[in-house]
Amino acid sequence: MTRPTPETLAHRAAAAAGTPGGARVDTSAGKARTVVDESMTGAAALVRSLEALGVEVVFGIPGGAILPAYDPLFDSSVRHILVRHEQGAGHAATGYAQATGRVGVCMATSGPGATNLVTPIADAYMDSVGIVAITGQVPRGAIGTDAFQEADIAGITVPITKHNYLVQSGDELPRILAEAFHLAGTGRPGPVLVDIPKDVLQGAARFSWPPTLDLPGYRPTLHPHGKQIREAARLMVTARRPVLYVGGGVLKAGASAALRQLAELTGIPVLTTLMARGAFPDSHPQHLGMPGMHGTVSAVYALQKSDLIIALGARFDDRVTGKLDSFAPNAAVIHADIDPAEIGKNRAADVPIVGDARFVIEELVTAVAGEHAAGHRADLTEWWRTLNELLDRYPLGWEEPPDGTLAPQYVIKRIGEIAGPSALYVAGVGQHQMWASQFVSYENPCTWLNSGGLGTMGYAVPAAMGAKVGQPDKTVWAIDGDGCFQMTNQELATCALENIPIKVAVINNGNLGMVRQWQTLFYNERYSNTDLGTHKHRVPDFVKLAEALGCIGLRCENAGDVDKTIEAAMAIDDAPVVVDFVVGKDAMVWPMVAAGTSNDEIMFARGMRPAFEEDEL
Amino acid sequence: MSRHTLSVLVENKPGVLARVAQLFSRRGFNIDSLAVGETEHPEVSRITIVVNADQSPLEQVTKQLNKLVNVLKIVELEAGTSVQRELLLVKVRADRAARSQVLETVSLFRARVVDVAPDTLTIEATGTADKLDALLRDLEPYGIKEMVQSGMVAIGRGSRSITGPVLRTAAAA
Repeated sequence: MTRPTPETLAHRAAAAAGTPGGARVDTSAGKARTVVDESMTGAAALVRSLEALGVEVVFGIPGGAILPAYDPLFDSSVRHILVRHEQGAGHAATGYAQATGRVGVCMATSGPGATNLVTPIADAYMDSVGIVAITGQVPRGAIGTDAFQEADIAGITVPITKHNYLVQSGDELPRILAEAFHLAGTGRPGPVLVDIPKDVLQGAARFSWPPTLDLPGYRPTLHPHGKQIREAARLMVTARRPVLYVGGGVLKAGASAALRQLAELTGIPVLTTLMARGAFPDSHPQHLGMPGMHGTVSAVYALQKSDLIIALGARFDDRVTGKLDSFAPNAAVIHADIDPAEIGKNRAADVPIVGDARFVIEELVTAVAGEHAAGHRADLTEWWRTLNELLDRYPLGWEEPPDGTLAPQYVIKRIGEIAGPSALYVAGVGQHQMWASQFVSYENPCTWLNSGGLGTMGYAVPAAMGAKVGQPDKTVWAIDGDGCFQMTNQELATCALENIPIKVAVINNGNLGMVRQWQTLFYNERYSNTDLGTHKHRVPDFVKLAEALGCIGLRCENAGDVDKTIEAAMAIDDAPVVVDFVVGKDAMVWPMVAAGTSNDEIMFARGMRPAFEEDEL
Repeated sequence: MSRHTLSVLVENKPGVLARVAQLFSRRGFNIDSLAVGETEHPEVSRITIVVNADQSPLEQVTKQLNKLVNVLKIVELEAGTSVQRELLLVKVRADRAARSQVLETVSLFRARVVDVAPDTLTIEATGTADKLDALLRDLEPYGIKEMVQSGMVAIGRGSRSITGPVLRTAAAA
């Protein structure tokens, strides 16, 4: 069998040094001394492996089957943060990973502990976030007998993990954990689950470090093919209406600086998807904003009318393309991704490029510079004239609510302006998420965290907790909805007791706002089961709830108080703060491309289609 | 839609077959036939999968299969350049009156009788799906009491081996 140790270790060392390759696992090769065949329990081997892998923090909850692991963990240098629900542990690991670029770790017991991790694992899978989930399992002899707290979590998570393991012996633990971290953090990152039977944890294990990885079938392609790069560069300097369509892969590859170089060299307009906000500065004059269902008119138009789409670490998701048949009908496509299966999945690629986004972009810079030196350069003046007109004519904005209630967009915009571009912003899912993407100005990579692919309500509070643990010196704002917040706010108790002073803005419109918006637009304003009563009955009272959870609770109900409330929250850094922003319930997210319709049908506001100059759309 | 035969070399580890089979159903494919067994290298298993699919979805599912960590290599075997075989065991009603005619059919198809009972014959046959279908058509009038078929296995014609390179890589490391 293949023993890819030398190559793998070199790859990991390179990762620790910050070079691309997707390998953002800080395996701290230097930190772990060589150990040969030391005898210990499986549980000790697990904890020793985590230490040797440089794990800083584990989010988890103990229980019967995982209990042996918690004994050596008690004395370990690895910090364990006791969460209140396993879902919180999973999202915290994801938030930690997204904020730091390192692999996040969560731990749970068998059965319900493990199944409670299913949602965050699926979430991390959809957004390609490297996490390792460690679960206890019933003893080997009891597997398959419907034992107490038995669930086939390895079977359950096959479709939502990059890979998973059911550990068969204590001796395998160091190798399996090293493989799990390697798989989670390299190539296209993703969640890896390691399920460990209780008797393996209790039994004897021989611990050797570093282990030899045994992954003969895992060889991510990092370096792009030179011929494809040259072909891409040739198209990039001849296209008249090109656009750089930037996805989350650019952030994962640490390729923001390279992207900026490529954008400025070529003068091509840039779009950042929901997963890539912050990969390119919002303030940059070449940035058109976010494409897709709630993207800017200029970004949606640029994709639709382009003659060349340069997709970098993006996957032509349905929320971006709208109706696929009519998406960007005249565009040639250069599609670069580290996952070959993404290329051609939804949209055929004229120039497929498999590779790490940073290598791809750096090589494109060189190749384009070569084309320029040979005198090949397209004139984008006309393209920019059109796009600039659209930017001027259709900026993002909102109408003040006619009923005099507080505009949620204003609250979010002010949080962004007051906390500034060095803060981290973590959103839940729904209207507030879209507004947080639209009205906070992102200038730096990995400052915007959200659940993009799975759309997991309840993501914000635990993910913000994980992000704050990973970036303790940064201000971390969770921008949450009142619906989302009620799903996972129990982790505020964890934040209060573990000294994780996040700030939570509950954009409280009393409703499941995005669903209500669809009911307004598509179901004749029949508001079936979207009123949460948080306005009408003030149940729960978020200020009291925050206080009960050991946090500081603030409330703001009118525009005049917004700034001073945010500033009050910013002034507190020794406790988590929850601000109940009571906002109007009728605000809607615009622009909007309704689900299943063409991007050509984008509405700038209710009943308002943008008038495009030549109206070719 | 057309029939495709994929040879998938995988690590011989628990749960790998389930991962492969699950991926097909998850991505909306029906597997027509599936056969799995060890290769000349005991740490590598070979799964032969026959699917009905258009070229572009087939390419997508092949790419997704390649992403499975335990999958080492995937080769599509074309009917013209490979040998493809299935195994059939069929229990046919064959009393004294019909027996000689059944035996004639057996010899025509180069099949063999593997078990005899007073009123039945159990016949073993190997061949392509077409040949086995034809045999079954001929046996049908006598009365088929029971039958069982294996999945298709296939191997490329000529001296080249698809497992060779995989195993050489493994041995070198």
